[in-house]
Amino acid sequence: MDHLTSLENKSIYVIREAYNRFKNIAMLWSVGKDSTTLLWLCRKAFFGQIPFPIIHIDTSYKFPEMYQFRDERVKEWNLKLLVGKNEEKLEGGMGPGQGSKLDCCNELKTNALKKVIKKYGLKAILLGIRRDEHGIRAKERYFSPRDSQFKWDYENQPAELWDQYQSVVEEEEHFRIHPILHFTELDVWSYVRREGLPIVSLYFSRNGKRFRSIGCLPCCSPIDSQASTIDEIVEEIRTSKTSERSGRAQDKENIYTMQKLRALGYM
Amino acid sequence: MFEEEQSFPIVIVGHVDHGKSTLIGRLLYDTGCLPPDRFAEIQRSSEMLGKRLEFAFVMDCLEEERERGITIDTTQTFFRTPKRKYVIIDAPGHKEFLKNMITGTSQAEAALLLIDSFEGIRDQTKRHAYILGMLGLKQICVLLNKIDLVDYSQAKFNELKSEITDFLGQLDIHPTFILPISAIHGDNVAKSSEKVSWFDGLTVLQALDTFEELKVEEKPLRFPIQDIYRMDGEKVVVGRVEAGHLTKGETLFLLPEKKKVTIKRIKKFLADDLTTAGFEESVGIYLKGRPRVRRGGILAGDLTSKISDTITANIFWMDPEGFQMGDPLLFRCVTQEVSCRIEKIFKKFDPAAMEWIEEDASLIQGAEVAHALIRLDAQVVVDSFHDIPEMGRFVLEKEGSPVAGGIIL
Repeated sequence: MDHLTSLENKSIYVIREAYNRFKNIAMLWSVGKDSTTLLWLCRKAFFGQIPFPIIHIDTSYKFPEMYQFRDERVKEWNLKLLVGKNEEKLEGGMGPGQGSKLDCCNELKTNALKKVIKKYGLKAILLGIRRDEHGIRAKERYFSPRDSQFKWDYENQPAELWDQYQSVVEEEEHFRIHPILHFTELDVWSYVRREGLPIVSLYFSRNGKRFRSIGCLPCCSPIDSQASTIDEIVEEIRTSKTSERSGRAQDKENIYTMQKLRALGYM
Repeated sequence: MFEEEQSFPIVIVGHVDHGKSTLIGRLLYDTGCLPPDRFAEIQRSSEMLGKRLEFAFVMDCLEEERERGITIDTTQTFFRTPKRKYVIIDAPGHKEFLKNMITGTSQAEAALLLIDSFEGIRDQTKRHAYILGMLGLKQICVLLNKIDLVDYSQAKFNELKSEITDFLGQLDIHPTFILPISAIHGDNVAKSSEKVSWFDGLTVLQALDTFEELKVEEKPLRFPIQDIYRMDGEKVVVGRVEAGHLTKGETLFLLPEKKKVTIKRIKKFLADDLTTAGFEESVGIYLKGRPRVRRGGILAGDLTSKISDTITANIFWMDPEGFQMGDPLLFRCVTQEVSCRIEKIFKKFDPAAMEWIEEDASLIQGAEVAHALIRLDAQVVVDSFHDIPEMGRFVLEKEGSPVAGGIIL
C-alpha cells in the first residue's frame, strides 16, 4: 500500500471508531488545509454522507476568502454546519488589538467552542491537528480526554497502544479526537494533490506572498513564496527550512503560549 | 513528480538521564532538520533557564519538562538521511511514565537503546529492553552514550559491550549493533569521530539506514467488524483488514459463531465495487442474505483462530496502581470488548530485577509482568502474537482506563 493510502486508512479507522463510541459527536472545521483534509476523510469514512454536524468557530476576524470557501463546501458537500461565536466578548470589543494574544485566542476560539459544546451537549470533537505542527501537539493522543474546565492533563495522559483508545467519559468531560495526527504538513499537501481537494486560495502565491498557515486575518503573516500551484507548494515544503507556524503570532508571544493555550482547551 | 515517502518509525529508549532527548536534538541538528526558528526558540529557552544550549529541548517542549530536565510524554519528530525519512519517538525514562514509553514503543519498527557508559545498565534499561522484546521489536541498536565521560576508552567500551550482550541474551534479544557515541558532542552520531578512532563500526545514522521496513506476509483473513451502517435500506459492514485479504464473492466464517457468510460487494467512497481489499485497508462490505452481524464479530478465512472464554497470556502492567486479584477488567482486542477477570497469576516477573519473583501471586505491581490465566464473560477470537500480531495482543481496561497490555503466547 502506498504511503498516502496507508495514512488515509488509519484516519478512517480512527474516525469510525470515534463515531462508534460517541453518537453526540461533531467535527471542528477551521476551513484551513488540515481540517479540510479531515473533512474529506470523514466523507470517505461515511461514503459521502457525514452523519454528524461540522462546527466552524467564527472569531469574525477570518479572511473573506475563508467564509466564501466555507459556504461553497457546505453546499457542495451537503454539510450540517454549526457556527460558534463568542458574541458576548465580540460585543465587548474583544479582538487582536485588545490585550494579549493569549486572551484573544482563549476567548474567541476556546470559549466560543466551550459554548458550542455545552449548547449541543457534545461528548467528542474531531480535530485536524498534526504531530509535526508543534512540539506540544507531538505529545497528543488520538483520543484525548478533556475535563469540564477543558483542561488537558498532559502529564497524565492515558496509554494508547494497538489502536485501543480510551473512550469512557464522565458527565462533564469530552474527548478531542485527532484522526490526522500522523500526517505531516507535506503529507497533507501531497494528499490534497492526489485527491484533487479544493483549498482556500490564500495558500497560493499572489504577488510573491502566500499563507502557509491560516487563521485570523490580523494574526497571520504571509511568507515569501512563488508557489502558486499545489505542485509548487509541495516542492516548496519539501525543501523548506522554516517551520510551518512561523507566521502565527500566538506562538511567538511567549515560548510557552501554545502550551498554556492548549492546557486551557485551545485547539 | 516524486514518490511520497513513508517515514520509518524508530523509538529511543533507556534509563532516565542517559541522553535520549539530547541524542534526538543532535540527530536533527546534524542532519539539518532543525528549522532555524525552532533552533532560536531553544536558544532563548535555554538562556531563560540559565542553561547552555539544551538539545533536549527539541523534544522536551513542556515547561515542566525543560525546568525539571526530564521527558514526561512521548514526542515525535522527523529527520532525514540521504536514504529516507525517519520519525523518532522519544520515550520517557522515568518509571512513573512507563505507560507513555509503551505508547511510544508500540508504534516503532526499530529501537535505539541508550545506555550511559559511565553509569552502565540501570533499572529502566532493563525494563525498556524487556518491553522491546515483548512487543516483538527485532531491529535494535544499542548506543553506549557519554563515551566522553569514560575518556573514549576502548577497554571500557568492550567491557560494557560484553555485559550488555550477556544481559540482552537472557531476554533473547540480539542487538544488531552496539555503538560508542557521545550525543552531546556529536561523536559517531552523524559522522565518525577521531576520538573513537579505535572503533571501525558504523555511525548511528549508518546503522539506522540498514534497518528494514516490516514486510506484509500473506496470512489467512481476519476482518474484525468495526461498525454497521444502514445506507439506502442495506447494511454496510465496516472494518479494517487486520490480516490477509478480502475478495468479492468469497465465503468466509463469521466468528465466534462459525457461521458461513458470503461477500456480495466491497466498497469505499467513490469506489463502489472493488474486487479485493488488502492488509490495513478500511472498507465497507455487503454480505449475501441477511446474516446477523455485530461489532466485535470477526470474519475469518479459516478456522485456525482460538475461540475461547479463557486465555493464557503475558501481561505487562502499565498502571502505577497495580492490580489486585478480583479487580474487574475489560478485555479489548481489535474491535472485541468483553469483561473479564484474571483467574490465576502463574508467576510474575520484575524486569528490573531480572528474575521471576513470585508464583501463584495475588497482586501485580506497576511495571511488573505476569504470566496469567484470564477468564472472559464471553467467547473471544484470538491468534497467537507470533502468528498474527494484530489478533494476538490486547489491552486491559479498569474503570475505563487502559491499565495493562498483553501478548497471547
